[in-house]
Amino acid sequence: MCDCNCHEKYYEDTLIPKVGVITAITQETPDVKTFCVNAPEGGKLFEHMPGQCAMLCAPGISEAMFSITSSPTNKEYQEFSIKKCGQLTDYLHSLKVGDQITVRGPYGNNFPVDTELKGKNLLFIAGGIGLAPLRSVINYVIDNRSDYGTVDILYGSRSADDLVKLKEIEEVWKNVEGVNVHLTIDREQEGWDGHVGFVPAYLKELNFSTDKTALLCGPPIMIKFCLEALLELGFSKEQVYTTFELRMKCGVGKCGRCNIGSKYVCKDGPVFRFDEIDELPSEY
Amino acid sequence: MKKIAKSDLSKLFAAIAEGSELYLPVKVAGQTNFAPYTADAEVDVDTLKTVKSAKDIFFPQSENLYTCKTDEEKNISITPEALQNENFVVYGMRGCDAKGMEVLDKVFLSEPVDSFYAARRAHGTVVAAACGEPEETCFCKVFGVDCAEPVADVVTWTVGDTVYWNAYTEKGEALTAKLADLLSDADEKAVEDEKAKIRAIVEKLPYSDLSLDKFGAGKTMELFDSPIWEELYKPCLACGTCTFVCPTCQCYDIKDYNTGKGVQRFRCWDSCMYSDFTMMAHGNNRTSQMQRFRQRFMHKLVYFPDNNDGMYSCVGCGRCLERCPASLNIVKVVKAFQEGAGK
Repeated sequence: MCDCNCHEKYYEDTLIPKVGVITAITQETPDVKTFCVNAPEGGKLFEHMPGQCAMLCAPGISEAMFSITSSPTNKEYQEFSIKKCGQLTDYLHSLKVGDQITVRGPYGNNFPVDTELKGKNLLFIAGGIGLAPLRSVINYVIDNRSDYGTVDILYGSRSADDLVKLKEIEEVWKNVEGVNVHLTIDREQEGWDGHVGFVPAYLKELNFSTDKTALLCGPPIMIKFCLEALLELGFSKEQVYTTFELRMKCGVGKCGRCNIGSKYVCKDGPVFRFDEIDELPSEY
Repeated sequence: MKKIAKSDLSKLFAAIAEGSELYLPVKVAGQTNFAPYTADAEVDVDTLKTVKSAKDIFFPQSENLYTCKTDEEKNISITPEALQNENFVVYGMRGCDAKGMEVLDKVFLSEPVDSFYAARRAHGTVVAAACGEPEETCFCKVFGVDCAEPVADVVTWTVGDTVYWNAYTEKGEALTAKLADLLSDADEKAVEDEKAKIRAIVEKLPYSDLSLDKFGAGKTMELFDSPIWEELYKPCLACGTCTFVCPTCQCYDIKDYNTGKGVQRFRCWDSCMYSDFTMMAHGNNRTSQMQRFRQRFMHKLVYFPDNNDGMYSCVGCGRCLERCPASLNIVKVVKAFQEGAGK
């Protein structure tokens, strides 16, 4: 036996997860649930920044990276809004309050809420489950309201039933001073008297002034057309941020999966500014 | 400088193995690979290149990370796998594989440090062997490797019936001290002649003058959309052999195995050559074999140098030249771009 103590550090390895307890589940839409996660002894598993992700795992089933949808200003728990769309998410949707999962993280960079975004007018653009990572920033901004300028939230989904966090949007976000919420759904629907149309079209229609910094997240096709719409409105790529979704395993830039050009999305991302994305090969 | 008669190597191995685990090239079913020493192992220190590189001593093809148990109340408990805590020795690693460890160090010892790999590195002593007869598939010189004098804790040279032994590090000195009874003092002359002989062979190898001009840090946009990739990748079978024999390929998968008594979390080598490597619920960002083929070489020749002060993630061992069933390899890629640029 070697007399060094380096082998005692392995509990700190980022590949070793912690146990998390699901303490609340909200059915947001027919296929999206939000899970509150705590440490078994109570409290949060770790501290994070808006835009960061964590690896959630149902042991023996699978493991995947999810954005942390709660704001770090939430001192009690972490939340994950998860759409049912594969083996792991099917299983997570079957879990009940009190069930345990494993969690490791947080991983990746964050939206620059304490630097580049500070003092700016903000425009959040989200589609469907794409609200999940932006909600962390939105609530952070609302909880530190005086640090930021005006806030516009443009959020769209397939139908009124597919809008995630609608209760919070209606009851909290719409009532915060200087926050404007613009909702839209793809097709006409009974009982919906709000805007109807795709997010990029509505974005152009709203004709936002370019004194804002935009944060964009949604399906790839929506991101593409929203960026075009923003550029048409006169925004520059330096004013627009998004967050990438790629296959990940390790979360620390070593396993090779999320490598695009010289960047590892899990470590150097997931948050990128569009002028930075221009410097990457088009493989995302 | 020390020496030992080649005929006494078995005594040397037995002595090393007495104090710690020893890995060395062993022939099994006609193929030589690094394996733990046993008294009846068919040790083969004469084969120039083992089929697989020596990397899996430090980064095993498969290794457990932790065990996960769920009790009757559905509570989960996690028991991390113990880290390497015993000293061990690797004998006979070639200069290219030793350089390969330097490449892997950049990956696994950069923050956040991979503690499983780091523990093996901390406890391993590498005894490298100079390459008496480099082969035509070798091009380590291109990547700055001197196979006449590898970088390792100890280096050995075989000249005729004598094996010369020189320690370069504290770990190497410690091992040398333990073997003092078997090693006798030697002068440098024979080794200096041997180094000169090896370097003269290397100069004449067909790929030793391969130019890497077209590659390196900062070349992503220049090379990524080149039509050359479309031509080059076509014979690729996507078998992944190149990644498995490569001393620097480090992509890995993380998986769970249900043992019936719990869940074993393990990681194993994976390959960017496989179609499911980047696949996820919402799609796949590398859908064609051309994209996957390009990823492997762009990573070795451009992305890795970008992130590591110009260091390439290739050491010129030439295993891919020998093993690819479709005769594809990194030399072909480098040459294609070199020639393509002249058109």
